[in-house]
Amino acid sequence: MLRKEPLCLRRKDLFCVAIIGFHRAVPMTELSAHLPQFQHGQLTENFPDNHLCNTNDNSERRRHDNSERRRNDNPESETNGQPQNRTQQVVEQDEEDEELTLKYGAKHVIMLFAPVTLCMVVVVATIKSVSFYTRKDGQLIYTPFTEDTDTVGQRALNSILNAAIMISVIIVMTILLVVLYKYRCYKVIHGWLIISSLLLLFFFSFIYLGEVFKTYNVAMDYITLALMIWNFGVVGMICIHWKGPLRLQQAYLIMISALMALVFIKYLPEWTAWLILAVISVYDLVAVLCPKGPLRMLVETAQERNETLFPALIYSSTMMWLVNMAEEDPEAQRKASKSSTYDKQAAANQIQNEDADLDDGGFNPEWEQQRDSRIGPLESTPESRAAVQALPSNSQASEDPEERGVKLGLGDFIFYSVLVGKASATASGDWNTTLACFVAILIGLCLTLLLLAIFKKALPALPISITFGLVFYFATDNLVQPFMDQLAFHQFYI
Amino acid sequence: MTLAVFFGCSFIAFGPALGLCLFSVVREPLRVIILVAGAFFWLVSLLLSSLVWFIAVKASDPGDEPLQKGLLIFGVLFSVLLQEAFRFLYYKLLRKAIEGLVALSEDGCSPISIQQMAYAGLGFGLMSGAFSMINLLADALGPGTVGIHGDSQLYFLTSAFMTMVMIFLHTFWGILFFHGCETQRWWEMVAVIFTHLIVSGLGSRVRQAPSQDPEGPSGALSLSCSLPALPALWCCQLGPTVAFSAISFLFSVIGGPPFVPAGGRCPGAPAARE
Repeated sequence: MLRKEPLCLRRKDLFCVAIIGFHRAVPMTELSAHLPQFQHGQLTENFPDNHLCNTNDNSERRRHDNSERRRNDNPESETNGQPQNRTQQVVEQDEEDEELTLKYGAKHVIMLFAPVTLCMVVVVATIKSVSFYTRKDGQLIYTPFTEDTDTVGQRALNSILNAAIMISVIIVMTILLVVLYKYRCYKVIHGWLIISSLLLLFFFSFIYLGEVFKTYNVAMDYITLALMIWNFGVVGMICIHWKGPLRLQQAYLIMISALMALVFIKYLPEWTAWLILAVISVYDLVAVLCPKGPLRMLVETAQERNETLFPALIYSSTMMWLVNMAEEDPEAQRKASKSSTYDKQAAANQIQNEDADLDDGGFNPEWEQQRDSRIGPLESTPESRAAVQALPSNSQASEDPEERGVKLGLGDFIFYSVLVGKASATASGDWNTTLACFVAILIGLCLTLLLLAIFKKALPALPISITFGLVFYFATDNLVQPFMDQLAFHQFYI
Repeated sequence: MTLAVFFGCSFIAFGPALGLCLFSVVREPLRVIILVAGAFFWLVSLLLSSLVWFIAVKASDPGDEPLQKGLLIFGVLFSVLLQEAFRFLYYKLLRKAIEGLVALSEDGCSPISIQQMAYAGLGFGLMSGAFSMINLLADALGPGTVGIHGDSQLYFLTSAFMTMVMIFLHTFWGILFFHGCETQRWWEMVAVIFTHLIVSGLGSRVRQAPSQDPEGPSGALSLSCSLPALPALWCCQLGPTVAFSAISFLFSVIGGPPFVPAGGRCPGAPAARE
């Protein structure tokens, strides 16, 4: 039977927990703005494998990574705009990209609308039903000043101090991250990310599940609970940090964003939360657009080294390169003069096959040696495969950009959900305010993507949406709600 | 109140709009964006008009009942005019967007025509309906009895029907308005504004009972005490609104089939400006 733990123990645990969890959120928020094309390329180095193609593929992938980045200075990868290498671009390819970009821009906006909406729906549903997340049970150590003060002035001062402390913590951690990355301490970074994923997937979801059970008065024994949490967590770790079906990975990323947002909503006092939202969007703007901004430096360093950034911090709407081998390389396909429907079918079939890289397909080394001795050494590179596959069928260049999809940093999910969750938790206008903030955030996202299409450089995803969200929250709560109340009272329909 | 009331009222209010969305909007990303942007424009107009109303109320004497009522009516009229102004602004924006899409497309055809962009009206309607109905629906899930103080028991149902009709009206107004702007027929736009003013102003004909339930900031509980008898309400408000809706529907259908299939004829720039 799940018992209610003593409150003090719970609070202390959560403080410690929240620290590590927050440390996880920081890289997520900071990199939300503009991570380059993220691939699991780095992970393949860590996993020993004896597939012949792999070494080829690694180098191919690096080259394609670079060329992919050059090609992808566009809104498909919304958060992936990075400083351009204009000199390396072919002019007609640029124009073709622009056309395809704007044509398919709407589709990618929708590809982002859906997960953002889903995350917000999960957060709002939880806030409305589970009272745990709206109950005040103390504060994080990052916001030490209380807001239960006697005067309004004192409260304002406390919240400003809280926000200042939080933002400085974020800045320090980002700089630490950049320094670690610059000095190639990859193991430390990976360890940090894995620990925070573990925390989110196991501990926070355990608490969440416990509170849901309490709300609906469901009796549950520890053994079943342990099994459920274990399975959930392990599958989550595998999907996020390694490989997994795309939909499952997306679902897990949405779930951990929602969990993190719920933690913020619970432990940040009101005025502090709004101030932090405002300040962090300003910080995002500064960090991404200023030449000496930490995030920009991070991205430039990654680009110089032709490396990918950290796994599991970005939501992607299409298949990751790792899982799909035969089809993905647009460079190869361009050389082979276009992708074909056959590629897509092969890709679709391979979506289920998670071991694409490590699976030698039954062709063990002996067989390969025999083949080599008979026919001569063959090397199946992505180019050659694409060339072969492109031969018999008609080419459709338009298939290509649809496969690229769009990526958004998890920090954006988290802060959007914090805004909408806080609106639903504390607004007097209740559902009207929630709805208004929701629409405002979606439109902000739309505008950000549009700006990205126009300016074609790295842009942060937070500022416009959070500004709209904040404006609509305060306006709806204070201005529109009394008006709507009066209208409803007098039965006016406008 | 029960789940049945909740689901019944929500499907009455939003069912047709949901059907419209599911069958024609959800598949096309551009239409979804137009819908959400329409909702946003309505929201902005509401915000501005409530700002004006708020300032007027704060500047006036709160105890003066007829003055407050008068200010509210003024607020309603101003809100209607502002909504129509934003509808016009949205039309201008969509026109520019179509030109951009035409310029970019390979064959000079825009993937979406101006008639389809009248889905903006649906966006307006959905947001308007949501703002009217959502708090009511949330209250319908909670405890309470409608009309326990002797008022109409069909309050939720009436509100649901009014919301449904308003969503329809906004959609049809969108179609008519855009058609009027396209074809430079000013009388269509004036008719839309006129009917909108009439429909919104119908609420002023509903007499209010003087008693007020002091409970709750949410309008529902206090509302159930102030509704007049049902037949009067239906005659004064719901009836004419439904009538206007039917008329608008006929006009929008007569004006030409608005739902051109996406791959169908290609309007091109000159054909659209008839």
